[in-house]
Amino acid sequence: MSTTIERRTFLKQSILGTTGLIIGVHSSIAGNRLVKLSIEDIGTELNPFVLIDAMGKITLVNSRPDMGQGSIQAVPSLIAEELEVRLDQVNIISSDGRSKYGSQQSGGSSTVRGLWTNLRQAGAAAKEMLIQAAANTWKTAPDQCYALEGVVYHKTSDKKLSYGELVKDAIKLEVPKSPKLKDPKEFKILGKYNKRSDIPAKTNGTAVFGIDVVVPGMLYAVTIHAPSVQGKLTNYDATQAKLVKGVKHIIKTEHSYPNGKTDALAIVADNYWSALKASRLITCTWDHADLKINLDTAKYFKDAYEAAGPDKNGIRAEEDGDFDAYYNSSDKKLESVYETPFLAHAAIEPVNATAHVKEDGSVEVWAPIQGPDGALNDTAELLKIPKEKVQIHPQLLGGSFGRKAFMDFMKEAIDISRQVKAPVKLIWTREEDMAQGPFRPAMLSKMRGVIGTNNKPAALSHHAIGESIQGQHWNGLMNYQADSWLAGELSKENHKYGFGIHHLSYSRVKTPIPILWWRSVYASNFSWGQECFIDELAHLAGQDPIEARKQLLRNSKRDLKVIEKVEEINKANPLPAGHARGMAMFRSFESMAAAIVEVTKSGNQIKIVKVYSILDCGQYVNPDNVKAQTEGNIVMGLTSAIKGGITFTGGQCDQTNYHQYPIMRIAETPLMEVHIMDNLEKPGGVGEPGLPPIAPALGNAIFNLIKKRIYKLPIDLSNV
Amino acid sequence: MQPNQYQILIFGIQSFKMATFNLIINGQRHKVEAEDDMPLLWAIRDLVGLKGTKYGCGIAQCGACTIHLDGKPVRSCQYPISAVKKKQSITTIEGIGTPQVLHAVQAAWIEEQVPQCGYCQSGQIMSAVAMLTDHPNPSDTDIDTYMSGNICRCGTYDRIRKAIHRAADMSKTKAMGTN
Repeated sequence: MSTTIERRTFLKQSILGTTGLIIGVHSSIAGNRLVKLSIEDIGTELNPFVLIDAMGKITLVNSRPDMGQGSIQAVPSLIAEELEVRLDQVNIISSDGRSKYGSQQSGGSSTVRGLWTNLRQAGAAAKEMLIQAAANTWKTAPDQCYALEGVVYHKTSDKKLSYGELVKDAIKLEVPKSPKLKDPKEFKILGKYNKRSDIPAKTNGTAVFGIDVVVPGMLYAVTIHAPSVQGKLTNYDATQAKLVKGVKHIIKTEHSYPNGKTDALAIVADNYWSALKASRLITCTWDHADLKINLDTAKYFKDAYEAAGPDKNGIRAEEDGDFDAYYNSSDKKLESVYETPFLAHAAIEPVNATAHVKEDGSVEVWAPIQGPDGALNDTAELLKIPKEKVQIHPQLLGGSFGRKAFMDFMKEAIDISRQVKAPVKLIWTREEDMAQGPFRPAMLSKMRGVIGTNNKPAALSHHAIGESIQGQHWNGLMNYQADSWLAGELSKENHKYGFGIHHLSYSRVKTPIPILWWRSVYASNFSWGQECFIDELAHLAGQDPIEARKQLLRNSKRDLKVIEKVEEINKANPLPAGHARGMAMFRSFESMAAAIVEVTKSGNQIKIVKVYSILDCGQYVNPDNVKAQTEGNIVMGLTSAIKGGITFTGGQCDQTNYHQYPIMRIAETPLMEVHIMDNLEKPGGVGEPGLPPIAPALGNAIFNLIKKRIYKLPIDLSNV
Repeated sequence: MQPNQYQILIFGIQSFKMATFNLIINGQRHKVEAEDDMPLLWAIRDLVGLKGTKYGCGIAQCGACTIHLDGKPVRSCQYPISAVKKKQSITTIEGIGTPQVLHAVQAAWIEEQVPQCGYCQSGQIMSAVAMLTDHPNPSDTDIDTYMSGNICRCGTYDRIRKAIHRAADMSKTKAMGTN
């Protein structure tokens, strides 16, 4: 029922012989303090992901931090299925960033699609070793034995041995190189409904998020950052702040932004309120003389629209036929420019981290981070110490959506702890969390299209315009290169629309406004232009947009089934008078998602009545979690379509809290219905793909209702 | 000098005066020392050590810090500790049920698998419990009205609606059973 965090030092690493440290979410111990466990509590490691003790306790490792997307269930499910244990038989612990767990980054909707085979193999290999150990004991062949719910049985007698009894012998055996995986027809967990074991603790206050970690003797910190993002601290007055009871230190630290760092001021106190109160009594002087280019969003958009100007077609990323020649020689053609704003992630748990840099030079970090492996590397690099001296304890994330994969906050906590020589918990205020970013970049899509002589859409050009995440973070983009992430997403191979002539290009608009991946990354920007424009082209050709997509996708059978599902839903739900629907579809992270949005109007107010989402993600772990993620994508997609974006004026972010950056609330939330396409295809992403089609489906629905095309997000529903 | 702070909508810094406060939280007495403008949120989290009540915005916009003061929902991030009257009773998420006997709202939340990240859910549940006391049989409109002070960034609103209806049904069934 209740959940706690376990800390275990010196995990016995029977196979690789290294030592590590793992935090676990344990389902049987009450309370929410850090509990130290001895080696014997965890058991013997059959492989990095499977640990079994002599009493039969089975522990599985979740190597992908859970930010709400359900990896804490999905990862163990992959292992448990093949290990032949029930989910309620296992304890789940988190990996600690060591390389033996492979990539541990939650992101890119990669957990299930990335681990589907490997982790099933980890479970199957452990099971085969346990069966072999039993067969050896009984002097029989392994095929005379079978495993079920943590016990190996002899087929022709009543002999049986539990995994706990077998583990000591199994560990001596060679690890099978290619263990046999189950046929999907035999699955007992994968693809089946299972309640999430992390949920009860999230209803009674015992779930421990990063912000809740308590380390004995810890101090609390607030950091103040330059409003001008990269400004340098030239002076500060802390006279008043020092009067606040409990304030211990006011020190300079470093704030990382993409590809650089600058100053920050840390206020450290013996409780958080004192640090927060003191921070508000400090006045700072910031020098931001170096920052002249595009720190204001108005200037950024001006540059972007210039890049979208006539005859400016950017750096070519893909060209199938001579689009420009065809476009220039055609009569029936269209050009539209679509705009999406900067957005904040705005997870309700602000970024925070607890760090303890110790006298012996080692460090422990407890933080809500998306990747313990990245955290381990960053920490070792920051302190210039070997990785063996770093212990990362990943915590539950109170939302993230990409933000907590950028670990500026963690580095600050480590630096502050290093300076004050005590464990420190740093919590950014909501204001710092919102105004400092990094943000989802604002983008333009300059769309051009031609209707062919057969009066059908025949050619498409997508010119993507805006700041590049790759370019800003790693300086990894040359002036002649298109950002490969967006090029992949908008390629003909990805959208599969069968235009005879297809052109894709990119123009970078540089800005120091810090940017980052945000749920579904560029798909959240460019689906808006692509999918609204497909409707525009269909209308120009005098076609129904659904029919037009069917024809364009005629060679993609799997996607046609998704469109047929759209038609089926429309047919099953007759449209009430005065209502209209629009649809859109977009493939991201190897899953195709379609959305139907139904709207109506009262006076000048557009009301979103209902959203139907269809997701083809191939095979999946838990259908209810797939639905939950897709419901979440409906709400986040609509928020991004109808609520205000992030703007910078005078070099400073205009939005600092939820009153200026509203999030959709329950009263505005439409009815919703999620349909999952059932098939045995390779698993695709689940956490993000539902989002991209939401905004364009709304734009298309509004057009169908009032015959007005909207090009710019966010949409003000009270004044369309 | 220029002010470095972002505009912050909060009651002003009122004093530097330390005092002792006796709080009754979930039926237990807690004696804490604090400056008298400390919001109840931080007293509950850091002085008493009950971490289920969450910080989200600090300006009563998100509802993550919702607690009950004599049964009424209050945003603890905006409620100074010195404003709590003697004998007033505070209830937090830790105090509405036990693992053995869940509150109907908690049971419904599990049944509908509401939480995703779960961070806002303490506040959502506290708002829902308070609403059901006033409106044991709420309509969707009642739910929209009462629950609109709580933001969920994961977007669990549809399940929250379903779970509240389920909790209302469970409470009714229970009440009929005891009659």
